[in-house]
Amino acid sequence: MIRFEQVGKRYPGGHDALRGLSVEVARGEMTFVTGPSGAGKSTFLRLIPLLERPTRGNVIIDGVNLAGLPRRRIPFLRRRIGVVFQNHRLLQDRSVFDNVALPLIIAGRPHQEVQRRVRAALDKVGLLTRERADPVTLSGGEQQRVGIARAVVTRPPVLLADEPTGNLDPALSEEIMQLFQQFNQVGVTVVIASHDLSLIQRLGHRRIQLEEGRLA
Amino acid sequence: MRGLDSLKRWLEQHARAAIGALGRLARRPAGSLMTTAVVGIALALPGGFLVGLDNLEAATGGWDGNPRLSVFLEKDVPEDQQARMADRLRAMDPVLGVERIDPDTGLAELREQTGLADSLSLLDDNPLPPVLDARLIEGIGSNATDTLLAEVQSMAGVDEIRLDRLWLERLQALTSLAGRVVTLVALLLGLTVALVVGNTIRLDIANARPEIEITKLIGGTDGFVRRPFLYAGLWHGLAGGVLAALLMNVGVALITGPAGQLAALYDSGFVPTGPGLSGTLALIATGGGLGLLGAWLAVGRHLADIEPGH
Repeated sequence: MIRFEQVGKRYPGGHDALRGLSVEVARGEMTFVTGPSGAGKSTFLRLIPLLERPTRGNVIIDGVNLAGLPRRRIPFLRRRIGVVFQNHRLLQDRSVFDNVALPLIIAGRPHQEVQRRVRAALDKVGLLTRERADPVTLSGGEQQRVGIARAVVTRPPVLLADEPTGNLDPALSEEIMQLFQQFNQVGVTVVIASHDLSLIQRLGHRRIQLEEGRLA
Repeated sequence: MRGLDSLKRWLEQHARAAIGALGRLARRPAGSLMTTAVVGIALALPGGFLVGLDNLEAATGGWDGNPRLSVFLEKDVPEDQQARMADRLRAMDPVLGVERIDPDTGLAELREQTGLADSLSLLDDNPLPPVLDARLIEGIGSNATDTLLAEVQSMAGVDEIRLDRLWLERLQALTSLAGRVVTLVALLLGLTVALVVGNTIRLDIANARPEIEITKLIGGTDGFVRRPFLYAGLWHGLAGGVLAALLMNVGVALITGPAGQLAALYDSGFVPTGPGLSGTLALIATGGGLGLLGAWLAVGRHLADIEPGH
């Protein structure tokens, strides 16, 4: 589903975040990306929905080499990849419902479908009763779950998460990880970058360990 | 069916963007009203000038553009010779038509038009000469005029000739100069409207930066991101156009009274007219178009800078 071939990413200024990384994540697999800060975990995730372009090598998503993907096709790639961020990246001036509805509205889904799917996603993350709330009134764990609902509401085949439990206590972290496992069980390819080694070991999925932009 | 569905989807997305943009304007009423006021005034000024010019042309339109040649004959030229002279004049190339005014008719007209009836009745006999009033073709060149004047002057029995087109030409030259100036001012103010709306949209874009980033992040196309800003520009322009139309109609209503009095003093039934329905609609449409143009410029310039990756 996700294949990296000798991928290098050098940032302006000369810092090499990735140095010839080759790795593959199969369809329906759940994978953790681990490694110390600066090992290239975030860069690895950011190259998948083309938030950045690699400076060399090939990134191939679902059989499509992203190097040949024209700019105007990028939105359609991103619609098939749900992304969860450590800092949630919610729109603070919109309700929980509107935040989760945004991907469906962007995709031009009809009104009834938007209502139905947003409620289903909020139900899944246990926030159905808070749909009218503003994100600022929610706790960190709740905001993260809104972010997850938004990432899965269009049922994308790939779900990426960058340190999704970074600011949460162990119990909440466990809850969030179980949510990801549930999505994985219905066939979603899940890739999570995380520091939380004890939690990762307990869950027992494949690990991609990075160090200085390479496989460790 | 699929075509119908995608049309419906397209309409829904546009309606959403249009209404969303309206909502955004309503949330910042002070800024929106300022922009609308600037746009309205910038549109009303050239609009008002154009209506003024139209009125000027309507008011002076009673005098057609053809120059006239008045040929004053010697008083003792007999009637049949006057008729022959009129025929000769009529046969000349630049002459469209000739009217013969005998002294009695001339005196009657003078009495009627000037209100000098009392003074004129003091005269023992009619001092006016017979006159041939020739209407010439429009835009006659000065060479042709000179030739014509020489030819008429050489006719026996002609006392004096007068070409009364100079002031008319001056008026027309002034009007066309004013028209040119108004066009220039209109272009500049139109540019102003586009720039003012563009600047407002630029600020909107800066304020909406997080939203734009997130929208692009989760697969919003450039078109989707662009749309609400273009609608915002359109609404600003249309609202400004409506305000301009209001200003102009109020302005014309204020001027109608005094202008009517002035016209009455000149013995003219002239009544000033406003922009009218088509003028009003054109003004509003112009506002909308310029607003859209301004938004389009701002969007093209600033939206591409905002990418979620940076």
